[in-house]
Amino acid sequence: MLEIENLTVEVSGKRILHNLNLTIAAGETHVLLGPNASGKTTLLMTIMGFPHYRVKQGRILFKGKDIGKLTIDERARLGIGIAFQRPPSIRGVKVRDIAKSCLQDRKGGKVVETIAAQLNITELLDREANLAFSGGEMKLSELFQLAVQKPDLILLDEPDSGVDLENITLVGKAINELLRASAGLIITHTAHILNYVTAQKGHMLFNGKLYSELEPKKLLATIQEYGYAKCAECPKCKNSD
Amino acid sequence: MMQKNLAQKAINKPSLLGEDINLGDYSPDTEESPYTPDPGKLASQEKQRMLNVGVTPDDMSQRAATFLQMDHSVIHSSTNQDGLELLSTTQALKEYDWLENYWWCAVGVDTDKFTAYTELQRNNGYFIRALPRTKVIQPVQACLYLAHDNLAQKIHNLIIAEEDSELHIITGCTTAPMIASGLHIGVTEIYVKRGAKVTYTMIHNWSPQTRVRPRTAIIIEKDGIFLSNYICMSPVHSLQMYPKARCIGENATVRFNNILVAPAGSTMDVGSRTQLEAKGCRAESISHTITTGGTIIARGYISGSAPGVKGHLECQGLILCERGTIHAVPELEGQISGVDLSHEAAIGKIAEEQLQYLMARGLTHAEATAVIVRGFLNVDIEGLPPQLSNEVKKAIESSEQGLF
Repeated sequence: MLEIENLTVEVSGKRILHNLNLTIAAGETHVLLGPNASGKTTLLMTIMGFPHYRVKQGRILFKGKDIGKLTIDERARLGIGIAFQRPPSIRGVKVRDIAKSCLQDRKGGKVVETIAAQLNITELLDREANLAFSGGEMKLSELFQLAVQKPDLILLDEPDSGVDLENITLVGKAINELLRASAGLIITHTAHILNYVTAQKGHMLFNGKLYSELEPKKLLATIQEYGYAKCAECPKCKNSD
Repeated sequence: MMQKNLAQKAINKPSLLGEDINLGDYSPDTEESPYTPDPGKLASQEKQRMLNVGVTPDDMSQRAATFLQMDHSVIHSSTNQDGLELLSTTQALKEYDWLENYWWCAVGVDTDKFTAYTELQRNNGYFIRALPRTKVIQPVQACLYLAHDNLAQKIHNLIIAEEDSELHIITGCTTAPMIASGLHIGVTEIYVKRGAKVTYTMIHNWSPQTRVRPRTAIIIEKDGIFLSNYICMSPVHSLQMYPKARCIGENATVRFNNILVAPAGSTMDVGSRTQLEAKGCRAESISHTITTGGTIIARGYISGSAPGVKGHLECQGLILCERGTIHAVPELEGQISGVDLSHEAAIGKIAEEQLQYLMARGLTHAEATAVIVRGFLNVDIEGLPPQLSNEVKKAIESSEQGLF
């Protein structure tokens, strides 16, 4: 589904990711751990094609196709979807308007309303996008849009941050539902989401380099025990130069 | 007589704002248009132009009253509700001698050459009055239509909402489709009495060579509410209006909401000026402006001269072209301790972050731009009855189609 080969990325002239490799097969869910400013968001934004993130080397293949030259919207239409950590608010544009746009050429019918009801966010539909949303509302609104969009690969940037205990269950269930039909790459700080989501692989980003371990919970336990830096010293799961 | 004298003295007085206009360039008179009891029988192109500005000549059942003026002639005037009066101002001046207590009392007759010209050569206008405690929930619609080329239309309107009454007015001003030039002068004096509520929605749709000079003033008494929505999204040579509201009674409330789109060749100098003169008065003035090549001057002024008044100005501007001008001129004047006045203004292009957010959902750059611009213009207009609110939305949406 997604193959990243020797990827090096710069932001504003500063190298953030170094020669990174990652493969996500169809149906797989991967978790990405790492300290602040380690480049986790950069990786997601680069996969999505945000022009601010400059690929200096390497390539990204999606469904076997090199997507390096595709714009954000072309990648979205090819089947990549993203839930932002802090989505921008847009005055006057309702969540419903965006959701309808997410349907693209598919016939919507009542899809938008049905999915909103399942996520218990019907009242969000007529609110202006992300304006004065609580943490939970913001995350659920992002997941809702993805559920309407139905991408084949979903990129989730800290879907569990800023979500209270009640909403975390809802968020977890929503992600699980999304991952039934898609491959996924989830950034998480707290790894709360692992209580709800079954992930096949875990990775750690540290100083712009990727370290991989098969079992996400094991990786998490190791980081908790030894810390990111110590974990990065271990040669076992180094996955980039 | 005194007003005529003042007018004569001011007939060459240029307006403080906007390009000067030589009144002699326009013809003062034209032929009469016939009265029509059934506006549904008007020519379809005239009806379409009226529909574009929110006036429904075919179906008046959803309207409390209808007033149509073509050039200088009142071609239709009817009401469906008790307690609501609708006449031409010419007729009202004949019937009510007390009208002099209102006539030129909110707007000064010698404000500039446009008010003076209207006094000296007036061509009708509407008189709308809601009697005390009358709630007129369906909108009253008025259309001022400029049909003949190069005509100066000089209209004087008067609106009185008596104590505890409620009025919703939609007024559409437009021209015949292809007229080469024209001058529209509309003086409107609005009196909102104690506890009354007036919503005043005005949609303009001119031709590219029309010059427009409305002169509006509103006086709001204790607990009165005046909500104005002004929409102009089509070409006009020059439009200059700066309605003035005075909140003279305690807790009087006023809100101006302007939506402007200026294409290349259009100059729109539009704002609102509010004086909060009594305790607890409230004012809000919000403008959403877009230039696609034209010039917009978005003015706002709020003064507070009584304790506990609150006022907020907001100007949001988008420049959707290489060259276009939006000039925000917000002014606040506090004259006593305990006033709370604020403003915010932002002019720029669409935020890249917003565009990219929508593109990540699969929208092209152009589609994302359209969604954001629609959102920018489709501000929720509060205070209107739902049906009128829907029609205003429709009018905005139909104008938006020309934007992309």
